Amino acid sequence: MPSLAIRRYTATTALGRGRAVQARALRERAGGLRSNDFGDGALASERLDCWIGRVDGLEDAPLPAEFARWDCRNNRLAWLALQQDGMAEAVAALRERYGAARVALVIGTSTSSIGATEEAYTQLDDGAFPAAMVRSNIHTPHSLGGFVQAATGLRGPCVTVATACSSSAKVFAQAARLIQAGVVDAALVGGVDTLCGSVLFGFNALGLVSAQPCRPFDARRDGLSLGEAGGFAIVERDDAGDAALRLCGYGESSDAHHMSTPHPQGLGAQFAMRDALARAGIGADAVGYLNLHGTATPANDAIEAQAVGALFPDTLHASSTKGWTGHTLGAAGIVESVFALIALEDGVLPGILNSAERDAACGAQIRFDNAQRDIAYAMNNSFGFGGNNCSLVFGKAA
Amino acid sequence: MSSLAATVEGIGFWNDGLPSWPQARAFAHGAPAAADAPRRPAPQLLAPNERRRAPESVAVALDVALAACEAAGRDPASLPSVFASTHGDLAITDYICGTLASAPRTLSPTKFHNSVHNAAAGYWTIGSGCMRTTTAISAYDASFAQALVESLVQLASGEDAVLLAAYDSPSSGALSPVSRSEGLLGGALVLSRRAHGTRLRATLVDGDAPAASGPLARHAHGNAMAQMLPLFDALAAGGDVALLRAGPGRVLRVELAHETQAHDAPAREAQA
Repeated sequence: MPSLAIRRYTATTALGRGRAVQARALRERAGGLRSNDFGDGALASERLDCWIGRVDGLEDAPLPAEFARWDCRNNRLAWLALQQDGMAEAVAALRERYGAARVALVIGTSTSSIGATEEAYTQLDDGAFPAAMVRSNIHTPHSLGGFVQAATGLRGPCVTVATACSSSAKVFAQAARLIQAGVVDAALVGGVDTLCGSVLFGFNALGLVSAQPCRPFDARRDGLSLGEAGGFAIVERDDAGDAALRLCGYGESSDAHHMSTPHPQGLGAQFAMRDALARAGIGADAVGYLNLHGTATPANDAIEAQAVGALFPDTLHASSTKGWTGHTLGAAGIVESVFALIALEDGVLPGILNSAERDAACGAQIRFDNAQRDIAYAMNNSFGFGGNNCSLVFGKAA
Repeated sequence: MSSLAATVEGIGFWNDGLPSWPQARAFAHGAPAAADAPRRPAPQLLAPNERRRAPESVAVALDVALAACEAAGRDPASLPSVFASTHGDLAITDYICGTLASAPRTLSPTKFHNSVHNAAAGYWTIGSGCMRTTTAISAYDASFAQALVESLVQLASGEDAVLLAAYDSPSSGALSPVSRSEGLLGGALVLSRRAHGTRLRATLVDGDAPAASGPLARHAHGNAMAQMLPLFDALAAGGDVALLRAGPGRVLRVELAHETQAHDAPAREAQA
């Protein structure tokens, strides 16, 4: 495919707000997980013994008054992320340049603002939502897309993609298609997911939450740490061919295996990675860094490492950054794309935090230590429930 | 924007009293709804025990998706797919929020993994053995229009054919008056780049879609996916334009050029 320009990107995670904070934390191997301190009421009295990647300050940062009807934790994080790295200004400039109807908004989430719905259920008055919570616009998956649309004034196609943990990787693919088909000239893509009872107790019910900070690809790994995050990127036509950073390829596939267990041979993951490399027109040996899905669950990591081993030479530097941020679910795609873009720009190739004991089932591509070197292409894998897989290839000008 | 186009190869439909596209089309031409129709679809792609346990939203999505593939003579495993739902499964949302408020540690793991917005997409790919891409989107009352745009854009990007399935299920519990949806409704289209058949051309324009007044739109007006019915009414009754809500102040204008059955049939045979 013709590569697309990425002229601005940002992320806000447990590491802090904006690109520079993420880059420094990755370089200095300073993680953002903390002992679980999330939630009130039943969420607090039944609090799970685990570690989380929580974004500070959301409780004290209501949305501006004009957006009050959208106010909830998830949209607060969307707003906060949008204010970093000049993203809001860049979107306004994009709107001016192309016209609001020629810019798409494609944004991913797993649970959107279901945290607000959970909250309403703890405050039922004779079985009914309290008046302040009767806001149909937030008790639905498109709360996120609807809010960001209102906040940015974009009038092109506006979609919330919700394919669990691949959501905000797939937004790049959908945006690329919209641009390629001539429907729009540019797109604001991104993803936001916030901590809530559904994901904490849901993943706990599946037996997938570790009591320790997660240890991706460690032989002793025993589950994930959940996190929250928001991030955005601007994807544009690159007619002049002068973009420093580019989206070069995407690949999407399905496992066709199980709702919450990956395909035993990682076949779907392989298809997604092969498809992304083919669209980028590069061989596997051209990739300098691969940000893995690497959730730190026993099954995911072994299968993903096997799929990577089947495709890539031993010289590849591949890692999971979930030890820094936790698994940010529907935001993982954008956060880890931002990390891949940082690797391209700064030459910082993250290793893995918290992990020390290599798993014999994982190949030489899996790197625990950071590395520093100039690379031409970086990839990101995001896989979700339902066997939903997406891989992205980013590149930079030679 | 430039228009996007496709041929409608196959249609699937399910609503209370109208459990198939032929019955929905007959209803649009004046026939009564079936009084003895099943209350819930039984999606043949799932094993019998899964068929009974599947959430209603998944059951209706898989039923209409398979019907559309069969009508098109396409192997479900060969098609990329786009699933659209305004709210996802509202009964599961009600269960999860109620459980979290009282006894969070008793949350059912199965209900949790069935709560993802891409549950229907996941079960579809598992049931049909499809390893192609699938997506699950929401855009509130523009969910169907945005899913149609994504389907057409996939065709424009080189796919030969794509499956689009849209559905919503009834709301439940305290959420009911807030996120309203009544009954079970699903609609699916197999769209392709083939030349013969009913052609569809879609363009995003400024404006507001008028209230829908067709027979199907009136029959299923309480369901959150009723937003798709202007198109299904036009497909059923031979209408040439459907206006779909596409977001605040935006409309997806869909023009239809119907081809006669005589042209349709050989093309389908050739495909099969």
